[in-house]
Amino acid sequence: MTRSRKKGPYVDEKLFGKVAKAKDSGSHEPIKTWARSCTIVPEFIGHTFMVHNGKVFARVFVTEDMVGHKLGEFSPTRMFRGHSSGRKAAAAPTE
Amino acid sequence: MPRVAGVDIPNDKPAEISLRYIHGIGPTTAKELCRKANVDPRTRAKNLTEDELSRIAGILDSEFVIEGTLRRQVQQNIARLRDIGSYRGLRHRRGLPVRGQRTKTNARTRKGPRKTVAGKKSVKEMR
Repeated sequence: MTRSRKKGPYVDEKLFGKVAKAKDSGSHEPIKTWARSCTIVPEFIGHTFMVHNGKVFARVFVTEDMVGHKLGEFSPTRMFRGHSSGRKAAAAPTE
Repeated sequence: MPRVAGVDIPNDKPAEISLRYIHGIGPTTAKELCRKANVDPRTRAKNLTEDELSRIAGILDSEFVIEGTLRRQVQQNIARLRDIGSYRGLRHRRGLPVRGQRTKTNARTRKGPRKTVAGKKSVKEMR
């Protein structure tokens, strides 16, 4: 179910404020955030975020193509390293 | 057999149905197409006049994205998801379901034929 157009995109206000501040001061320090559900808006382009995945912060550099996606989409929460090798070595997942 | 949109040669079914053989034209768009081109959806494809065919082709050209163009568009959308490193792109790369479906069982459309692992407990054994 898509979000109602009436509401507009969900943007974490605290995070948006931080981005605005970073813009004013011209800093490109990575911004740590837990706001995975925050939509990426054009203002975020060129900034780096550290998006929490429940364990660590994943570095996300926002490019133009990412606008409209959520920050969490770029910080995977699960890691699959292949099945345990019984007798045969399990094939590692390939990209 | 009539030719519409380049290579597509629908057979002698009603226009409304034979138009669906074009990639990107389904039941709804086929009906819409007939309506816009002023063609009776029930006339057989072979009985369509030159004039009717050219009207259909004209509307296809101007209003719908079909065949190669559509396929390319879809591929581009997927490539974009891959390139930006999003979760959906990752799932596409791995050949797993993209929209959150379960993968413990099923998901065979994406995963392809079963790869049986020797020594793995089957569902029957576990019970």
